[in-house]
Amino acid sequence: MDALRSKVEELLKSGEIAGFLGMRIVHEHPYPYLFTDKESVLLSTLTIGDVRYPLAKVILDIARKYRDAKLGIMVRGCDESALFELYKNYQLDPEKVIALGVTCPAEQVEKCRCPRPNPTNIIVGEKREVKADRSNLAMIEAMGEKEKYQYWMGQLGKCMKCYGCRNICPVCFCEVCTLEHEDLVRRGEIPPEVPNFHLVRAFHMAGRCVDCGLCEEACPASIPLRTLYQKVREIVKTHFDYLPGEDRESVPPFQLLGDGSFEISEK
Amino acid sequence: MDYRTVPTTCVYCGCGCELVLKVLDGKLTGVLPSKTQPVSRGKLCIKGWTAHEFVESGKRLKKPLIKKGDELVEAGWEEALDAIASKLKSIKDESGADSIAVLCSAKATNEENYLLQKWSRAVVGTNNVDHCARL
Repeated sequence: MDALRSKVEELLKSGEIAGFLGMRIVHEHPYPYLFTDKESVLLSTLTIGDVRYPLAKVILDIARKYRDAKLGIMVRGCDESALFELYKNYQLDPEKVIALGVTCPAEQVEKCRCPRPNPTNIIVGEKREVKADRSNLAMIEAMGEKEKYQYWMGQLGKCMKCYGCRNICPVCFCEVCTLEHEDLVRRGEIPPEVPNFHLVRAFHMAGRCVDCGLCEEACPASIPLRTLYQKVREIVKTHFDYLPGEDRESVPPFQLLGDGSFEISEK
Repeated sequence: MDYRTVPTTCVYCGCGCELVLKVLDGKLTGVLPSKTQPVSRGKLCIKGWTAHEFVESGKRLKKPLIKKGDELVEAGWEEALDAIASKLKSIKDESGADSIAVLCSAKATNEENYLLQKWSRAVVGTNNVDHCARL
């Protein structure tokens, strides 16, 4: 932890970054906080915390207002995966971000069934084993068509349309959301149109979802959203050989499609 | 550049979900659920997720209004409180204390709500006290 604090202090004092987004204990609970040079004395309260907040989404909020400022951010594997997708989708300038990595405790990696526990530049924590696991998906795939349909209609029908899955998602960056379009989603209707509401979101997650699982953690109705988006990830991997959030370099399918070579020609 | 999160409790109903307000340069930009507080454990309903919106709303009532004729007219607190007190008094004199009901608010604190029911029962003399969070 001291290694992280002193690295942040160095970056702030040298003026290399205007602020560092990390976690801070407030009233005994860890919450996101932007440490700035003026408040470097507060750095002693910088913490990793044992829960995850969508830090990549928070830094996007700040970067949208301060486009020229260089910012530091504390990243777990999942936060960095989300950053990669934000870079690739031109939401965030990688030149303006310095990511300092931390790894989660082994129990957390296990609990999260984490597909990418190790950020690039690890400052705090040991390297962890990948715990990606598709057992939930396999369980559903083993069902018959009718059973599968009933399972999903039942699960999605629990939705109270809080928009929490979208709100907490670090790669949901659109400023206008289809799920709030008045012609597509009727206002005041609960549950929303099942399964379309959730399938629209699942489609929009294609080539973006980094499998962090924050959506499922935020869902008051315990809908297995992550399982749904895991399926979407697998489809994208199968057809485009792309796994969102895996690395900084590989090209996402939407950019691949850009030259028109995948278009179906009308004859 | 100033970005902070401020822990607080949702004001919309009696559940008491914990949330953090996202504050960028003194302006509320959004809400995050509190992951570690025991009441809501990282989850919120749509009201909690949008709990910051009314603060900056242009429709927010910031000054007392008194109905004069058909119109609501801006007034000072002194005048507004006098108007309320005299009207309540005349209703009580004419129709009795039970003709008055009081609706408390989830946007007020527990202590303020206690005071309001105490005032209703002990000063006005009515047991007709209810609360918007008794959904």
